[in-house]
Amino acid sequence: MKLPVATALAWALITPLAITGASAAELQTGGKLLLTGGVSALEGGAGGGLATWGVIAGNETRDGIGGKVHATFIDVSDYTLRAYGGAVGFHDRVELSATRQDFDTGPTGAKLGLGKGFTFKQTILGAKLRVLGDAVYDQDRWLPQVAIGAQYKTNDQGDIVHAVGGQHDSGVDYYVAATKLLLNQSLVLSGAVRATKANQTGLLGFGGDKSDRYKAQFEGSAGVLLSKRLVVGGEYRSKPSNLGFAKEDDWMDLFAAYAINKTVSVTAAYVDLGDIATFRNQRGLYVSLQAGF
Amino acid sequence: MRHLTSRAVLAAVLALGVAGAAFAQDAVPPDEKPVDPYVPSNANAAAAPRADARVFEAFHGKAGLTRIAAGLVDRSIVDPRIKDIFATTDVPRLKRTLAEQFCFVLGGGCDYTGRDMASVHKDMGVTDKDFNALVENLQAAMAVEGVPFFAQNQLLAKLAPMQRKVVAR
Repeated sequence: MKLPVATALAWALITPLAITGASAAELQTGGKLLLTGGVSALEGGAGGGLATWGVIAGNETRDGIGGKVHATFIDVSDYTLRAYGGAVGFHDRVELSATRQDFDTGPTGAKLGLGKGFTFKQTILGAKLRVLGDAVYDQDRWLPQVAIGAQYKTNDQGDIVHAVGGQHDSGVDYYVAATKLLLNQSLVLSGAVRATKANQTGLLGFGGDKSDRYKAQFEGSAGVLLSKRLVVGGEYRSKPSNLGFAKEDDWMDLFAAYAINKTVSVTAAYVDLGDIATFRNQRGLYVSLQAGF
Repeated sequence: MRHLTSRAVLAAVLALGVAGAAFAQDAVPPDEKPVDPYVPSNANAAAAPRADARVFEAFHGKAGLTRIAAGLVDRSIVDPRIKDIFATTDVPRLKRTLAEQFCFVLGGGCDYTGRDMASVHKDMGVTDKDFNALVENLQAAMAVEGVPFFAQNQLLAKLAPMQRKVVAR
């Protein structure tokens, strides 16, 4: 069930073009205001970092197409996570994304009996549809921009996933995300409810010996706009705890997102990922570099 | 008196019919061109004014807003992205009415004498990309005026919903 990232990216790029058919020649690129497409979330689509938002990736407006690639690195006490991938935004309406995550246990792998440098790999294919509202223009309404989405995740370490109590090596998350820019307060707020079975977002598989049912989880971000290039804020993401061998904690972060220009942006954060696979208090640095059009 | 009135009506009919010039308006400012008649109203500004003048003061009052409106227009009429939209624009009138609109929505006590957003942008074919380009030019003009970023956003909060009337569907 492994899907190479190259294939996934090609799928993400080709599908919207196929949908447009003859009108593809009229598509514009660019036009979005700085940072109003969010930054790349860890799972590949537009968001704040740990949280997925209701905005669509890329710099395009409803008249065009845009996209973004990201490379993200998280270094916490006993693990590292590398993620890279891309997202395509189509008419500021549909977003397709593909991301690969490598969860590297490093020296911790030996302590877990997996072997030094044991790495869980996960591929995430996402689709998001904006259904309501406009995060930027609707400043005279309370209504946020609302999107619905799904993320298909497949983990390449099925045997280990099953050995620790995980029930599946792949799964689908479904979410509703609402994002609002409050220009009068220079704030951006976002919240999402996610139905998921994922253990550590899928890095440790899906469902567990304790529970194999979908559970609703919350993820949210709040940020202050300090300049048109800089947003600082925090995020919170609740997670289920399906595995008996190790409890799973909620995640949180404090972030700064900086748009160097319309093409390149950087996110840096201090993350607290709680306990992961019996190793406690996983805190550290999150850095993500993004380039888009 | 009756004679004068009928002469005025005749003049108006001639003016409208021959030149398409304004009649219902007050005197046209000396550097502006006449416009088709319309009913001036602060409702044309398309946003309710702020209750307090705190933000208005952060923009350095009407004088500051006049500079910002001029800066916005001067940037936009040479901006390769959107200059074509302003090809036939009465630049002095646009600067004046924009300054009035900004002053009105920020609670500065000005009256807005321009036309409403939907009819003034009708058939211009303005896109979101054009609208956002103008926002960027406005941000640049506000920065030159030294308006604090938070106050800049408070004006943008008033203007952003106008996208629904300005941008062609």
